[in-house]
Amino acid sequence: MSDTTKDLHSEYMVINMGPSHPVTHGTVKFLLTLEGETIIDMKVDIGYLHRGFEKMCENGTWEQVMPYTDRLNYVSPLINNVGYALAVEKLIGIDVPERCKYIRVIASELARISDHYTNIAASGLELGAFTAFLYFVEARELLWDLIEMLCGARVTANYIRIGGLKNDLPDGFKAKTKEVFKTCRELWADVDKLLTKNRIFIDRVRNVGIMPPEDAIAWGFTGPCLRACGIPYDVRKFHPYLVYDQMDFEIPVGEKGDNFDRYLVRMEEINQSMRIVEQALDQIPSGPINVNMPEYRWQSKDDIGNRIESLIFHFKTVTEGIKPPAGEIYSAVEGANGELGFYLVSDGSGKPYKCRVRPPCFPLTAAMPKMVKGGFIADIVPTFDMINMIGGECDR
Amino acid sequence: MEANITINKLNSRFPESIVETHSYRGDDTAVVRKEDLLEICQFLRDDKELQYNFMMDLTAVDYLGREPRFEVVYHLYSLTFNRRFRIKTRVSEAECSVDSIVSLWVSADWFEREAYDMYGIIFKGHPELRRILLYEDFQGHPLRKDYPIKKRQPLIGPTC
Repeated sequence: MSDTTKDLHSEYMVINMGPSHPVTHGTVKFLLTLEGETIIDMKVDIGYLHRGFEKMCENGTWEQVMPYTDRLNYVSPLINNVGYALAVEKLIGIDVPERCKYIRVIASELARISDHYTNIAASGLELGAFTAFLYFVEARELLWDLIEMLCGARVTANYIRIGGLKNDLPDGFKAKTKEVFKTCRELWADVDKLLTKNRIFIDRVRNVGIMPPEDAIAWGFTGPCLRACGIPYDVRKFHPYLVYDQMDFEIPVGEKGDNFDRYLVRMEEINQSMRIVEQALDQIPSGPINVNMPEYRWQSKDDIGNRIESLIFHFKTVTEGIKPPAGEIYSAVEGANGELGFYLVSDGSGKPYKCRVRPPCFPLTAAMPKMVKGGFIADIVPTFDMINMIGGECDR
Repeated sequence: MEANITINKLNSRFPESIVETHSYRGDDTAVVRKEDLLEICQFLRDDKELQYNFMMDLTAVDYLGREPRFEVVYHLYSLTFNRRFRIKTRVSEAECSVDSIVSLWVSADWFEREAYDMYGIIFKGHPELRRILLYEDFQGHPLRKDYPIKKRQPLIGPTC
């Protein structure tokens, strides 16, 4: 028998897994160099959702940036709001009242839970688990009902203000949350039964997309992907902000850094976040929700209508913007994907001089080639899902 | 003071390279000369008492009207000691380049591409310095202060 393989012409095939693809949720282009189905090389192209967030921030006032932050990580907008408000408050050097801190914690954790629901649902969907998707989307709808009760909008909340909040907790919020969480816990148990010990799911995600811990640190990983590698770094524990130091919660940590660990970390974080919300609702004190500094936060409509000083401050802060002292700060919160950092530079005027967002999924997407090289095209799907790249955050 | 251990060590080890330091609102910051940047970053990463193993963020700021015009800002974090540090270096418009730190922290790759894309700062030694968020034929560097926000690009066409 002659050796036919010697005469076969072989070369690598370059294929484009383009920005609009049914199984990658997010606009990202992968240029794959393939040998059969094995990935030899991969180039990642982002920027399809770049909207010029920083340039727009430099052209408005400090408070006008708040709706733009909603649209950064648009599956957990409240966390972005909280991050930005905390950064500006650090720049000014003020602290918000206790009740406001508790409500911000509740808002952040509700957003984090809905982000994890969306991510696990989408990952399940793209691997073929349609039922898990529907169950978690139902749970997410219930959470969005809660958020709508809180601030009037399901997704683009725009609820946090610099120096306080838009409005206080509505009546009946605590009772409604208890009801919602009961249903959410049942749905969580259902999805757990569907996926965690599912042979097909495990075959797709176990030992795929492995990232060893030292490499994860070098690549700048933070958040659930870093915790899946075994490193327990969480901004809420290492640099506690708001009232997280008074909350009792644990940080789930994985072992191998593969996609299965990322999935398990996110599932457990949902439970921990629910614990935090319940504790916060039990411990929340009464009191004001806005800081009493009219030069940074408007007073109530009653005051503005009746007292001339409130009116003057309101007029000045709306037309010219609040004026933090000149300087620069970096402030980080734990976003659903990792460390969401804000680097703000102020020149003393009402407009930000620079408003930089450190996106947590930017380094995660950059490390995609490293995680899938040598694997199959089919491995890109769970890996890309599990890093939870949100276009709005990565491209800004 | 323990919180300023980084600044103290930098001052004793690289006295001529440090232009200024401050700790506004508790953020330790040092401005260094750009020629010594790579060496100082290596020291910050490898020294046993500092160990800044995370390069969290890399960006640039345009101070139009000031010479040198740009300031490249690096945010470092040490997981071992739970410390943050900011290191900055000033880059003039005429000689708009600085050493790339990709050899020290791999995460700097994409961040430097973004700083190049938005500000036009060249990072010497970067393996593949090209635009990342904007398309290849984009003209100009939009986050510079002299790039008007409503400027139209040739491939896009006029507004009316």
